[in-house]
Amino acid sequence: MDLPTPNTSHVPYERVYEPAEDSFLLLDTFSLDTERAFLRERFSENVPLVVEIGTGSGVVLGFVNAHAQTLFGTRRILTAGVDMNAYACRATVETARRAERDNPSTHGLYLGSSMGDLTTSIRDHEIDVLIFNPPYVPTSEMPLQPDEFKPEPAPSQQPSFDDDSYLLSLSYAGGKDGMETTDRLIDSLSAILSPQGCAYILFCAQNRPEQVKQRIRGFGPAWRAETVGSSGKTAGREKLQVVRIWRESDSA
Amino acid sequence: MKILSLNFLTCAVKACKTSPNSYPLHPKDAELVQDELGLKPEMIISVLPRIDWEALKSTCSELGFPALPEAAPTKEELENDEKILKDLHHLLLETSISEGKLVCGNCGHEYAIKEGIANFLLPGHLV
Repeated sequence: MDLPTPNTSHVPYERVYEPAEDSFLLLDTFSLDTERAFLRERFSENVPLVVEIGTGSGVVLGFVNAHAQTLFGTRRILTAGVDMNAYACRATVETARRAERDNPSTHGLYLGSSMGDLTTSIRDHEIDVLIFNPPYVPTSEMPLQPDEFKPEPAPSQQPSFDDDSYLLSLSYAGGKDGMETTDRLIDSLSAILSPQGCAYILFCAQNRPEQVKQRIRGFGPAWRAETVGSSGKTAGREKLQVVRIWRESDSA
Repeated sequence: MKILSLNFLTCAVKACKTSPNSYPLHPKDAELVQDELGLKPEMIISVLPRIDWEALKSTCSELGFPALPEAAPTKEELENDEKILKDLHHLLLETSISEGKLVCGNCGHEYAIKEGIANFLLPGHLV
């Protein structure tokens, strides 16, 4: 299934992560027949709340929202984004708005974006589909979290190179094994996902995704974690992969 | 951010999660914007079962909208009552908060909303 990618020409890439191989792998994964069938079956009865953490440009959330009818088999989905970077939140609002306009007969309902740390601002057990393209690059240090909203600089005022490279570091720097942020999210999954909720998380090879999947399966007999999309095979190993995490209700 | 968002948001302070006063957040000095959207009754009807009605009633009255019915309307009531359908459509889907604050009823922390984007990042001492 080849669906149009949202237009992100308005996004300031000097301070917001530019759509790259990882973003496109998520788009390709959601377009797979297997994932479309999974989502359709799982959310045929109720309206799912789709939340993306770390939206960056908004290309993934904008895509899922714009193609709700094709991916979920219904336009009745709610979507929302979270990012630490204010510029990324504003970029996502625009990306989602444009993609809705470009796909008037298939889009869902985009509620908005907010700045936050992972899902701490969202009520427990509400998220039906969680999407996370984490900061997964192993780094020796983690950037500090920003805590204030910086207004868009006036055209005459240039944000410094340091400000911009700091904002971009939030999008990729993952600390030890590139897993410091992802581990925090995984630890919270049982509290944040709805009973039928699922999560799509992107990993690179250095994140040791096989170990991560085993750890999630250890949460309990109902828990499942499977690789559902991958790209860039080198020497038999996937460079990037998307893992779907969910609970099988019949064994819960 | 659409008003419907408030039904899913709570205080980001960990210690507030267990307090019933941390949900829903209370809008303060809210500036509202309206988008005119085509009425989609099936969206309202299907989203209603997953709405916390008590929280929505409180949000609605705090923003100065006319009071909602005491109990959530049933599917049949919505199908037969265009007024409540339109009111809910307007409140939930057409109305957004562009500027203002969201206040936690437990710890009193105020989360700023600017250009329609709420900031839930906490200062270091609250994390």
